[in-house]
Amino acid sequence: MNEAALLIAATLASGTPLAIAGLGLLLNEKAGVLNLGAEGIMLVAAIAGFAAALSSGSDVVAFGAAAVAGALLAGVFGLLVIWLNTNQYATGLAVSLFGYGFSAFVGLEFVGKKLGERQPFEVPVLADIPFVGSALFKQHPMVYLAIVLALAMMWFLYKSRAGLVLRAIGESPDSAHALGYPVRLVRLAAVMAGGGLCGVAGAYLSVVYAPLWVEGLVAGRGWIALALTTFATWRPARVLLGAYLFGGVTMAQFALQGAGVQVSSQLLAMAPYLATIIVLALISRNPTWIRINMPASLGKPFHPGT
Amino acid sequence: MTTDSSKRALLKLAGLASLLGAAALAGCGKKEEPPAPAAAPATTASAPAPAPKPEPLKAAWVYVGPVGDAGWTFAHDQGRKAVEAEFGDKVATTFVEKVPEGADAERVIRDLAAQGNKIIFATSFGFMESMLKVAGEFPDVKFEHATGYKTAPNMRIYDAKFYEDAYLAGIIAGKMTKTNTLGFVGSFPIPEVLRNINAFTIGAQSVNPKIKTRVVWVSSWFDPPKESEAAQSLINGGADVLLQNTDSSAVLQTAEKNGKFAFGWDSDMSTVAPKAHLASCIVDWGGYYKKAVKDVMDGSWAVARTIWGVKEGQNALVKIADAVPDDAKKKVEEVKEAMKAGSFEVFTGPVVDNAGKERLAKDVKADQDWKDKVDFFVKGVEGKIPAAK
Repeated sequence: MNEAALLIAATLASGTPLAIAGLGLLLNEKAGVLNLGAEGIMLVAAIAGFAAALSSGSDVVAFGAAAVAGALLAGVFGLLVIWLNTNQYATGLAVSLFGYGFSAFVGLEFVGKKLGERQPFEVPVLADIPFVGSALFKQHPMVYLAIVLALAMMWFLYKSRAGLVLRAIGESPDSAHALGYPVRLVRLAAVMAGGGLCGVAGAYLSVVYAPLWVEGLVAGRGWIALALTTFATWRPARVLLGAYLFGGVTMAQFALQGAGVQVSSQLLAMAPYLATIIVLALISRNPTWIRINMPASLGKPFHPGT
Repeated sequence: MTTDSSKRALLKLAGLASLLGAAALAGCGKKEEPPAPAAAPATTASAPAPAPKPEPLKAAWVYVGPVGDAGWTFAHDQGRKAVEAEFGDKVATTFVEKVPEGADAERVIRDLAAQGNKIIFATSFGFMESMLKVAGEFPDVKFEHATGYKTAPNMRIYDAKFYEDAYLAGIIAGKMTKTNTLGFVGSFPIPEVLRNINAFTIGAQSVNPKIKTRVVWVSSWFDPPKESEAAQSLINGGADVLLQNTDSSAVLQTAEKNGKFAFGWDSDMSTVAPKAHLASCIVDWGGYYKKAVKDVMDGSWAVARTIWGVKEGQNALVKIADAVPDDAKKKVEEVKEAMKAGSFEVFTGPVVDNAGKERLAKDVKADQDWKDKVDFFVKGVEGKIPAAK
């Protein structure tokens, strides 16, 4: 019983960075910009957050610094692809590689540094409920914020006017432009907001989850978040589901190994990827849904007035 | 809404950004260590009457990771620095970090040989074939390969006895555990790692026969978030003292977060997790590197396989925490002394695997060949080795 509760708790903690980054990338993509630089942005923000946490001792400052760092790097990416119309795929890959090298470079002196003591967070009252308490209510606040973020994203995209404009720009920038919407500015805002969220996810890894800094800390989670948005057919709730599924299967395979179950660990290591793809592909297999949800201008440059 | 001037400004910005990127990328490529102040050629050149000096012996290191990994590569680089400190201006050392195993490694090693290095160290198993190939092309250069098994007339191998550290850590773990369950975060099921798991378990059983060890594989040498997930799942499953042979301090920090215990691996990690840290298993390559460079200097270099451990000071268990009871400390000290005297072998029969089969008969001390071929868990380790049929 207790082990199951701990497994659920670990699942939430493990899925959170994927969920936050995935939701950020979803916002980008809904505006028609594909940011393959997610991994690099997360790395740069992870070291920025770690450095801020080390000097200030405050998680809030750390996440703020990481969000700013992520938004800035995403902003550079945005300027390149939105105004200069550089190829989104190539530019995104360049940002990823840049972020890897740059974070390693500035992070050199932070390797092996230790963050100060932190108080474990508990939701008052609820944390004392047996089973449910230790499964759900003893997490870092960021875990709950990820869920709030998913709800906020659903409201923003599908219920708010600004979200409608954003989706319109992602579907048909030319029509939105003709209607007088500032296509490029909205895209830049979406890219920077998405980068900021990737930044928060990166800082969650370096400040809360690991918590340490080493070169390449993010270890591919930016790419998984990117894949999640596609397999979730660009819907916030499914991104959240996919992230927890991935986290859950990852933790479950470790738990199975620890219990001495006779399955090859290499096979188990594939399980999170397989399970996530299969489940998301099955629930999202309706081709009409994919067509409706996929932003029509995704990855395509926009030239006003042509 | 975009005027020409703002376009130009953006172009400038983009140019700046790409320059920055290029600079950062160049920054993480090959790094030549600036010569030590004592050996700086600029100062000797400007001296009024430069005394004729013998050419310094050029020595080079090839690393698989960054020197800042706080683990494996860091330890090798400490060894390189020890060589510099020992020989001063009689050596000139270079290193190339983050060399991928494969075709690039061959190119890097060949470059280093062509640049006049007289001795080259390659510090990862995967460099073996590359080094062997280049060794054939440069008969005058001495090649040293860590953790491999192939040699040539001018290439020899060296290794360390990490399992001696693991055994000593096991003694402490066996005394500290309350659940009688130890956890091990493994990288890949190869003999090197299996030896460590087995030694850790045997060490713990020497003070506490009820010990069980649970193993979780992360299929990576280095993935801190994954290492902490693995550690968390071991703790969730009841393990309260952990050891790992992955390269980061993530396991230790996860133990700290959960109020459990763990060990540092490859380097002193006592400051990373002051409460969880029981001791650090370290390796000091400096002694061997000094010997190897000296061998080249005085012409006594000969092909050999050198495996040093606690006896030679290459491996050690350091920074044992105050929380460890005195009887455990005493026992560690006794075994350490016996290892130093050469009278103690970790793998001494009877060694029984966890399927009940005897792998080493009573009172037999394992030889190197036996240790090279370990492919089983000892009794007390749970589960099967993933790759085993």
